[in-house]
Amino acid sequence: MLVIKNLRATVGGREILKGISLEVKEGEIHAIMGPNGSGKSTFAAVIAGRNYATVTEGTVKYMGKNLLEMTPEERALEGIFLGFQYPVEIPGVSMTNFLKTAVNEQRKHKGLEPLSASDFLKLMREKKELVGLDSKLDNRSVNEGFSGGEKKKNEIFQMAMLEPRLAILDETDSGLDIDALKVVANGVNKLRRPDNAFIVITHYQRLLDYIIPDVVHVLYDGRIVMTSGRELAIELEKKGYEWIKNEVENSGIK
Amino acid sequence: MSDKKENNNIINEVTAGQYKYGFYTDIESERIPKGLNEDIIKLISAKKSEPDWLLEFRLKSYRHWLTMEMPRWANLVIPEIDYQDITYYAAPVQKSKKDSPDEIDPELKKTFEKLGIPLEEQKILSGVAVDAVMDSVSVKTTFRETLAELGIIFCSFSEAVREYPDLVRKYLGTVVPYSDNFFAALNSAVFSDGSFCYIPKGVRCPMELSTYFRINAAKTGQFERTLIVADDESYVSYLEGCTAPMRDENQLHAAVVEIIAEKDAEVKYSTVQNWYPGDHEGRGGIFNFVTKRGICRGENSKISWTQVETGSAITWKYPSCILKGDNSTGEFYSVAVTNHFQQADTGTKMIHIGKNTKSTIVSKGISAGNSQNSYRGLVKILKNASNARNFSRCDSLLMGDKCGAHTFPYIEVENQTAIVEHEATTSKVGEDQIFYCNQRGISTEDAVNLIVNGYTREIINKLPMEFAVEAQKLLQITLEGSIG
Repeated sequence: MLVIKNLRATVGGREILKGISLEVKEGEIHAIMGPNGSGKSTFAAVIAGRNYATVTEGTVKYMGKNLLEMTPEERALEGIFLGFQYPVEIPGVSMTNFLKTAVNEQRKHKGLEPLSASDFLKLMREKKELVGLDSKLDNRSVNEGFSGGEKKKNEIFQMAMLEPRLAILDETDSGLDIDALKVVANGVNKLRRPDNAFIVITHYQRLLDYIIPDVVHVLYDGRIVMTSGRELAIELEKKGYEWIKNEVENSGIK
Repeated sequence: MSDKKENNNIINEVTAGQYKYGFYTDIESERIPKGLNEDIIKLISAKKSEPDWLLEFRLKSYRHWLTMEMPRWANLVIPEIDYQDITYYAAPVQKSKKDSPDEIDPELKKTFEKLGIPLEEQKILSGVAVDAVMDSVSVKTTFRETLAELGIIFCSFSEAVREYPDLVRKYLGTVVPYSDNFFAALNSAVFSDGSFCYIPKGVRCPMELSTYFRINAAKTGQFERTLIVADDESYVSYLEGCTAPMRDENQLHAAVVEIIAEKDAEVKYSTVQNWYPGDHEGRGGIFNFVTKRGICRGENSKISWTQVETGSAITWKYPSCILKGDNSTGEFYSVAVTNHFQQADTGTKMIHIGKNTKSTIVSKGISAGNSQNSYRGLVKILKNASNARNFSRCDSLLMGDKCGAHTFPYIEVENQTAIVEHEATTSKVGEDQIFYCNQRGISTEDAVNLIVNGYTREIINKLPMEFAVEAQKLLQITLEGSIG
């Protein structure tokens, strides 16, 4: 589904991603872990097409297409979803209106008729139930005045509405209490299908108690320095990122 | 592909967008010689067969105007205007008029149809009565008979002078005296046509009344005068729309609107201002220097101004309320959009005189391109206005980094019991907001529309339904892709 080869990217002239190679197959959940400043968010930004990062080298193929040539909205319409670390507030734009626009854009892209108002509201209800979102977020403006937890839950709700093929969750778990964390994990687990994939970016292992990844990567200083199964996350939690630092320095990769 | 370049492309696309109403109707026009002097004023008055008192009013205004200077306090760069180079009266010559006086020239009918204003009553679905004004004269007022059954007078100003001289004389200049300001004095001297509306005691006007102003002839000014009188316990909702052809030269529009609300009366006045804004390099466009003011004369009366300002090269306009009656209410809801090289200095004045008077001001400015957009507002609480309340909110939204937004609030309070609140915000349509929308599959154009609609919704919702839809489309056209 997603094949990344030797991806290098700079932000403000400074190289942040220093050659990342990664392959994600349908049905898989990948976790990317790493200390602060290792390039996790830049990685997510590059995949979603955010312009602050400039790709200098490497290729990214998504469903056989050259992802780097696609605009952010084309990527979204082709099924890439980014769960934001800091969801943006858009005052005056109701969640309902926002999502209706987004859902109908996706339908248009697939050659489908827009949803009727009643079908759309029905879909909203279903998905709210699915992700266990109880509050009346849809009457409020996009993320405006939402608590940190509500914002993150809202990202998962949007993911449920848009049913992406590839969802990237950028530190969706940071700053969440255990209940909100469960909502996030529950959303991923319920939406998981044999034909979609997730990349869960996280600083902490605790989210991975609830979302069981197939593969865990450790990103350090712009490179993936370790790739293994779920046990890697547990080891990392025990030993801390200092351990990675020492391993990397001892191996002389740098 | 750098993003900056992409943004520039989008901006270029917008700038290529055309003003939809810029066409010109090729119709014969009766014009008087250009220039301004007492003879010209007498000529205008004679053309309209006016009574002496009105000619006196005009001459008095003119003589006062000569002593005045153009106001320079606004945050505007106004080029020198040669008042002798303007034609002060131009009227389309209606060919069929002689045979059947009620028929409108098909050419004019076509013009207004093209503007979306059908002049045949059976074609109007929405129950809006229209007074259509082209250049200096009213072309047609619809639904007059229906309204007359309720005792409502709705006609052109010239007709009102002929048919209801006492009413006009009683109210003309009582809210905006001829000496009020430079442009009001000019208007009082040379005004040509406009609408007159009187709602009798206890009558709730069953349809929206509206005036549609169209400038057509070149090198003319439009100086219309509107007078709305709502007698005790009456209600009326009034709409105003306007457009002009695209021309390289600037044209002057200096109107006066006066509203009188008697005891328990309510007047809602809505404007969608779409005069030709000039081209993308700032050439041409209308100078819109307008004085609009209402007085809540009676107790419990209410005047509410709602405006969506998208047009004009320069806008100088402060629809105001004098809250004289106890418990009276004044409201001002505004969206002012400027793009390219447009300049707007607009706002309101709320003068609290009576006890327990309330006013609300909500102003939303949107600046794009190289434009400058200023809010200027005065809240004045006089000594006897016990328990007066005002709430003001002024929001500015910036698109791109070459435009400006300015807020000039003035608050004068002479009564200790008054409560005055003022809030102001300035925000920029952020790249991160756009990206958030993009990431959900929404294009940049649609994202800007979504954000602007969200930002202005509160004001647009105040407009009557048909106008709200029109206003929303207008905002989209004005701002299409102007994100930088």
